[in-house]
Amino acid sequence: MAGSSSPESPRPGPPLWLLAEVTYRCPLHCVYCSNPVDFAKVEDELAADDWKRVFREARALGAVQLGFSGGEPLVRDDLAELVGEAHGLGFYTNLITSGVGLNETRIGQLRAAGLDHIQVSFQDSTKEVNDFLSSTRTFELKLKVARLVKSHGYPMVLNVVLSRLNIDHIDRIIEMALALDADFLELANTQYYGWAYLNRDHLLPSRAQIEHAERVTNAYRAKIGSRMKMFFVVPDYYADRPKACMNGWGSVFLTIAPDGLALPCQAARMLPGLVFPNVRGSSVGEIWNESPAFNAYRGFGWMREPCRSCPERTRDFGGCRCQAYMLTGNATNADPVCALSPDHDRVTAAVERAQSARVLAQPLVFRERAASIERLPPA
Amino acid sequence: MAEIAPHAQPALRSMYRLQWEEAQQAWVLLYPEGMVRLNGPAAEILRRCNGATTVSSVVDDLERTFGTTGLTTDVNEFLNEAVARGWIELA
Repeated sequence: MAGSSSPESPRPGPPLWLLAEVTYRCPLHCVYCSNPVDFAKVEDELAADDWKRVFREARALGAVQLGFSGGEPLVRDDLAELVGEAHGLGFYTNLITSGVGLNETRIGQLRAAGLDHIQVSFQDSTKEVNDFLSSTRTFELKLKVARLVKSHGYPMVLNVVLSRLNIDHIDRIIEMALALDADFLELANTQYYGWAYLNRDHLLPSRAQIEHAERVTNAYRAKIGSRMKMFFVVPDYYADRPKACMNGWGSVFLTIAPDGLALPCQAARMLPGLVFPNVRGSSVGEIWNESPAFNAYRGFGWMREPCRSCPERTRDFGGCRCQAYMLTGNATNADPVCALSPDHDRVTAAVERAQSARVLAQPLVFRERAASIERLPPA
Repeated sequence: MAEIAPHAQPALRSMYRLQWEEAQQAWVLLYPEGMVRLNGPAAEILRRCNGATTVSSVVDDLERTFGTTGLTTDVNEFLNEAVARGWIELA
């Protein structure tokens, strides 16, 4: 800001959480996928040696949690090799998978390589809805995989993304997780980015649906005690304050996309006006500490009102930059989830529409390569 | 506070890993998709929870190492907390 004093930004802390999106390829076609809608333009995936260098550099900076994600990370034949490198460096290694591609041989290789934990996603507790939302026949396979994970002594997180189309099955979802002996159950309401944003009017639950789901979850918590931990992630559209997205931009979280693009979150590549660095051209240290993109929204100097003078800015960091951009056209605005945002009506209008049943003109869009290519900007 | 038997043998549960992090200058407890940064005393106790050492030996060892006495209550309090959080189990 011209005329204002700009104290030197302190050096950021370490990128404690490294998310390696090793591929955007995926056998599933989930309607709420968080991958970018134009994922089809990404074709040149990092090779194993590139990933290993990224792991070494990130670990040297202090990264300690490593998520192998995608897409479906198991489509990469060299996954166990990557896990082995990460384990040797001292990372706690997490595989975030749909389960498709995991079998006895594969899990044995991953175990031997030092994989610490496996998170398996389900789309629902019923075959019909699971298979519909992913546009695959994978429900039976996922059940098999979940049993395989437990039989190998792994702690298991079951992840179920909730939306208008499955949230009323909450009791059956919890029963399924208990029957599979999950250690943790993430009941994660859809976040509206990527494909989920395209399908938002189909997916956003009504207030009554959310309240019912929370009531059922709390009743189960009281009943089952510490046997299985449940996390219920409320959709931020129903909150009146924004989430502390990524615990602040460039604060602890570093995502490397399949093509090597370094991002402060999985969705950030959509933001205009920022040139995200690529690990092919820069070291992780240069990217994290010095790149203009990672410094763009650190601290509070970039904020506009009402965030700039808000006492809550140190708690929520103004919310999510991507959501601010998607809903207001400017990433430096307050996240419009906030009731103090002048654009809060963009959120309340979507919430209002979600309160009644209605027929939507636009069909659900499944995450498919053809649908992604259709949405690429003209060359 | 529940009484933990002096002959109980606390052990980290298998999904948890305790390690020193140079960048944080701290011991941390790692678990699926999460991390707890431990303070000095917590780390010293957890490092001794190996499933073989009894609670009374943990206390003895700490008192000897740090040249002090009367740690039984503190150790018990912490172990109770660690059980409640699911970090350790008692054999």
